[in-house]
Amino acid sequence: MAGLLRLGLHDLHVALGGRMVPFAGYEMPVQYPAGVMREHLHTRSAAGLFDVSHMGQVLLIPKQGMEALALGFETLMPVDVLGLKEGRQRYGLLTNNDGGILDDLMFANRGDHLFVVVNAACKADDIAHMTTNLSEVAEVRAVTDRALLALQGPLAELALERLVPEVAGLRFMDQGTFEWEGAELWISRSGYTGEDGFEISVPDIAALGFADMLLAMEEVAPIGLGARDSLRLEAGLCLYGHDIDTSTSPVEADLGWAIQKARRPGGVRAGGFPGAGRILSELETGAARRRVGLRPEGRAPMREGTELFSGDAAVGRVTSGGFGPSLEAPIAMAYVPAALAAPGTKLEGEVRGKRLPVITCELPFRASTYKR
Amino acid sequence: MKYTKEHEWLRVEGDLVVVGITEHAATALGDVVFVELPETETVVATGDEVVVIESVKAASDILAPVDGEIVAVNSKLADNPGLVNEDPLGAAWFFKMRVDDLAVLDDLMDEDEYYEMIG
Repeated sequence: MAGLLRLGLHDLHVALGGRMVPFAGYEMPVQYPAGVMREHLHTRSAAGLFDVSHMGQVLLIPKQGMEALALGFETLMPVDVLGLKEGRQRYGLLTNNDGGILDDLMFANRGDHLFVVVNAACKADDIAHMTTNLSEVAEVRAVTDRALLALQGPLAELALERLVPEVAGLRFMDQGTFEWEGAELWISRSGYTGEDGFEISVPDIAALGFADMLLAMEEVAPIGLGARDSLRLEAGLCLYGHDIDTSTSPVEADLGWAIQKARRPGGVRAGGFPGAGRILSELETGAARRRVGLRPEGRAPMREGTELFSGDAAVGRVTSGGFGPSLEAPIAMAYVPAALAAPGTKLEGEVRGKRLPVITCELPFRASTYKR
Repeated sequence: MKYTKEHEWLRVEGDLVVVGITEHAATALGDVVFVELPETETVVATGDEVVVIESVKAASDILAPVDGEIVAVNSKLADNPGLVNEDPLGAAWFFKMRVDDLAVLDDLMDEDEYYEMIG
């Protein structure tokens, strides 16, 4: 696979039988010999280990103190950065002047700096965007010597605390620095599966030893991109470039919860981010279209691009869809006009030239099990 | 058994040809979650898309391996698509065809040639 970057743990994935495919410029394991279905169900019942080192890890080092950095970052996102306490992480969205989404990300307050994790395909643009716009308040530093692993599932805590006992004290979206065999780990209690679990930034030099220790545990299995996608779909989580992009606003995407009170109309720091005019007005009056869940009635999956109809009118398109192994049924997400977004609305999806019945539903498809 | 480059197997049963996919293909597809079967009495030409198989990841087609008429389909696959992964060479046949001239199968690969192709 010429021209593709390799993960630091590439040889481990190959040794585990991972099927490597091109993804966001990297050779990534899409599945291991167990297959997507078993990997998915293993994550739901035990613990799955994901290598997400392709994602961007970025440090924002303040030039004029943390408050100026937080306020600066707030000029790029409709999110409360100033109010994020040390040791806590939050979901954020970089917006553009049209109110669309440039990327979604996680950011953590690590006391004397912010730690940001962005999508692989967007990381170069994100870093350029932050460097340009935060030059007065931050040094934007890409982290290039660390792997990023995710350990997800109901037994993730049991497995990880054997190596790092202190993680049992973390609640959902807590974040901290821990030590394992002399290596500094940055661990947050978060993930992308709807399960309890952890994301662990580990120095490259220690990554293989750390992953080997986890994989040696009975509870832990390696999980590829295929199951990562079906898990996040069941959890109703957006995949950038599919469910959200520069044409979708946070309100349309049903991500209004990510916009805290302080940044909303009447809040202490309302507005002041790109696209505020559109986003704030949509928060007040509702967006014209909305992201919804879809449950096809039959067994045929409705995949990305499936056109949706209400009567004869084309009303939207599936943004991601497939089969939910835990639900044993096809599931999908799509944007539909607000008038058709109420759960239980009957629509049709055109699959291979045939119109098949589908019903809108609440998200997520499967309730999350975060340890709050 | 005969094999196509598209990883189908064909088995002659009386005057009919039974068609399925190989273990190699079933493994490559991954977990099959949905199978869309053709109508019986459909007349097909070689290369026509006859069956759609959806795995967790993606949809793929099975093509008609020879000219003929579909005379039976395996309705068990509609309720239990996982059979394709469990028993691709046996219980998970897809359809039976009537072909005018069974000699057309002579042009297809035998087992040794197929295994050589997939390495």
